[in-house]
Amino acid sequence: MSASNGFGVIGKPLAKPDAVSKVTGRAVYADDMLLPRTLHCRILRSQHPHARIVSIDTSAARRMPGVVAIITGVDLPIKFGILPVTQDERALEHEKVRYVGDPIAAVAAVDEEIAASACDAISVEYEVLEPVMSIDDALTETKDERIQDYGGPNNIHKLVALEFGDVDGGFAQADHIREDVFFFQGNTHLPMEQHSAIATFVDGKVTLWSSTQVVHYVHRALAKVLELPMNRIRVIGAAHGGGFGGKTDPFAHEIIVCKLAMLTGRPVKCTLTREEVFYAHRGRHPVLMWVRTGAMRDGRITAMHFRSALDGGAYGSYGVASTFYTGALQTVTYDIPAYRFEGCRVFTNKPPCGPKRGHGTPQPRFAIELHLEKIAHDLGIDPVELKRSNFVKPMTRTVNWLRVTSCGLEECTERVMKASGFHGRERKPGHGMGFAISSYLSGAGTAIYWNDMPHSEVQIKVDRGGVTAYCGAMDIGQGSDAVLAAIVAEELGLQPKDVRLVTADTDTTPIDLGSYSSRVTFMAGNAAVEAARKMRAMIVEAAAAKMGCDATDVNVNAGRIGDFSFEEASVLAEARFGTLTSAGSYTPPKIAGPYKGSGVGPSPAYSYSACVVDLDADARTGIVHVNKVWIAHDVGRAINPLLVEGQVEGSIYMGLGEALMEEQTFRKGVHKWPSMLEYKSPTFLDMPDVETFIVETIDPEGPYGAKEAGQGPLLPVIPAVNSAVFDALGVWVDEIPVTPEKVIEALRRRDKGEPARFGPARFPPIPYPACIKVEPPPKELDRASPAAI
Amino acid sequence: MTRPVDRQVVTLQVNGEQVQRLLPVHKTLLEVLREDLQLTGTKHGCELGECGTCTVLVDGKPELSCLLLPLQVEGRSITTIEGMAEGSELHPLQQAFAELGAAQCGYCTPGILLASKSLLDTNRKPSRDEIREALAGNLCRCTGYVKILDAVELAAGRM
Repeated sequence: MSASNGFGVIGKPLAKPDAVSKVTGRAVYADDMLLPRTLHCRILRSQHPHARIVSIDTSAARRMPGVVAIITGVDLPIKFGILPVTQDERALEHEKVRYVGDPIAAVAAVDEEIAASACDAISVEYEVLEPVMSIDDALTETKDERIQDYGGPNNIHKLVALEFGDVDGGFAQADHIREDVFFFQGNTHLPMEQHSAIATFVDGKVTLWSSTQVVHYVHRALAKVLELPMNRIRVIGAAHGGGFGGKTDPFAHEIIVCKLAMLTGRPVKCTLTREEVFYAHRGRHPVLMWVRTGAMRDGRITAMHFRSALDGGAYGSYGVASTFYTGALQTVTYDIPAYRFEGCRVFTNKPPCGPKRGHGTPQPRFAIELHLEKIAHDLGIDPVELKRSNFVKPMTRTVNWLRVTSCGLEECTERVMKASGFHGRERKPGHGMGFAISSYLSGAGTAIYWNDMPHSEVQIKVDRGGVTAYCGAMDIGQGSDAVLAAIVAEELGLQPKDVRLVTADTDTTPIDLGSYSSRVTFMAGNAAVEAARKMRAMIVEAAAAKMGCDATDVNVNAGRIGDFSFEEASVLAEARFGTLTSAGSYTPPKIAGPYKGSGVGPSPAYSYSACVVDLDADARTGIVHVNKVWIAHDVGRAINPLLVEGQVEGSIYMGLGEALMEEQTFRKGVHKWPSMLEYKSPTFLDMPDVETFIVETIDPEGPYGAKEAGQGPLLPVIPAVNSAVFDALGVWVDEIPVTPEKVIEALRRRDKGEPARFGPARFPPIPYPACIKVEPPPKELDRASPAAI
Repeated sequence: MTRPVDRQVVTLQVNGEQVQRLLPVHKTLLEVLREDLQLTGTKHGCELGECGTCTVLVDGKPELSCLLLPLQVEGRSITTIEGMAEGSELHPLQQAFAELGAAQCGYCTPGILLASKSLLDTNRKPSRDEIREALAGNLCRCTGYVKILDAVELAAGRM
């Protein structure tokens, strides 16, 4: 049966290939694995946020019965890091610790309790240094010594300054100019599964099973730190218990278990405790933001100047990219004719921040949406209309050279406006509705480490055992395996269950750069289409030869290849061509602009979302209760609408958690809430009803027109909450999360005659360099094809 | 130095099978299920009774296995996710969770399935709010809970 869209599989709400193993408890996660003679590893971590290590004495721990090996930083001295420009981490630190939780020593023992006791028996002598705990601290002269020995002045890690078009001219032309300051507190991924890894060393070769989002990046880091060629290391993604960006860096424990396995000749496993997961972090950066926008009386934007200051924690992680991302995508939602961006990331003595769902863009999204609402109020214009009049158009280049192809902003807005009855909403104190939009990448257009190779590759083998597809992509629960199976099945006229999958194994699968940046459907999907079409061509050619007709006359559908069953046709093809294998790969188009720093922001396609939130806000208690969320998401094409809805609903949930309760904050370097009870996250009772609309714009370069769904829908939820709180109570909370005490404080200030807002008062002076001035792309462009944009 | 650990022979009824082990007295039911009985379908999220991930059924009622000692549940009937299907035939809840995409990463799924089973065993047609209430102690970070609620309703309709 063909679906009404003309496809056999694409567009159908099918169950995932791993669904049964997950509902029966048979999916094997890393911590479920136990190889014969496995040793258990625990890691001793710093108790000080900033200190020099004077000495480490492991002698007492080594004497404990059951302890097999202990390693420290001298055993793993080579530095690593996810970005080539920030190789600043060690698996174990023997010179200096930079946050509470920095790993110092690791023990392998016959059981976990002995390993933990042995960690307690290791004595570390520290020379305590003054910790740097805030953005303001990091911008001022350090009392003892700086956290890292690279970067800008004081504890500045990275400074960025870019200017596109005539910004001063744009402000001069504006009827109205407004400035605002916003703060987005940091928060963490909180995956249900704690990070876990188990390694073996056999025949001179290391094999690691890990709960990672990117087997390839772990593979690279292991090769560097262990000083082994990559062909002697194998990394396999175990069943994955949730990532959200938090398992995208290579981690100390992954390197440690490999080293211990090499030393002991036994398998070694390490599973982090929940508290360690909070300190491993790599989550949402706290970001302070200042934005100044000029607009005409009718709301049309003439220029924007945006500044960000990111509290990065102790190490680089993805931070350079995060910094660029706080400035890059402003222009992808609104048509901003002149734009200046100044960004800054600082080091502080806290766990390193990195990518969390939306990577670097939820913070500016929140700021920009609220800022435009305020401009609309200043001008007496309906905020929805102001935003709408500035929407970016499909098939255009932004002022910072980002290429926009398909864009469903208008339709998304129309859908949520209509369904929510936004404009006809009941106006009564304590009840409010808010509207916001967003956009997100379908994969980064440039690789983390510079190279000209494909970003994703798929191989297909057809033999007497059926169809097997191989791809390095890691299914982290979002259903990337389901997407691969659906695409291969579609092209070969089969069902997904007919396709055997081998994924996320660096020995057996070709490269994929992993499940982050919302890249898998677009990139692995396109690679799968190419590989499957090549396979299909061979099978069809063999069938046509037997049928005595042209290949174009062979119908591929419902398990049939012309006159033959798929199995019969593949026998003919194997006889004709020998071993039936095919390969496809995907390399993003080279569309980055002609300036330094243009590598962060370009994507082969952007998703778009629009959202309306309906809530009650209690002026007496400050408690916000979300009643309903409407969201429309332009996914290009839904390869599996069930999975798209799942991503959208999960994004709304995570956005609401960030908007209302989640925060990762510290007291004297110690996490305030390193437990699942105290770190508040939404429960079943907190989650409102949701209405999801999937909008299909059929992107010209996506597989079947598909774009991303996993991150974009989180972005508009947060500012829509803040706008709805303003709608309900008439006060702005310019800071995330919107906790009851902030709402109450904003009301108290209003009642005292002060500005009716809670939020940061100022943006600190930052020594940004002079802006690199970039000419915008030519205005008149042929809009007929993406290649011409 | 580690002290010698007190051990005790414990007899448990798990998924209809009687098992006997010599166990350190402080080891939790969660650890015993996963490490001594190889029933790794039961997951752990916090080991402090906060997230619901390690939920098992004890005499049909949801309990957090990370907060129980095996001695406390001797002689009582324990059901883990491995005991939910009849042979290879999925329980209607498992079937509905698979069909509707209620398991994304799947890590919270065993605990939520068992808590849902306990609910449907006592309330055949729960309202959406009753389902929310029954599952409020189980956290999920992937789904936004929507597909889980849909799946429990679908299963209830079929049972």
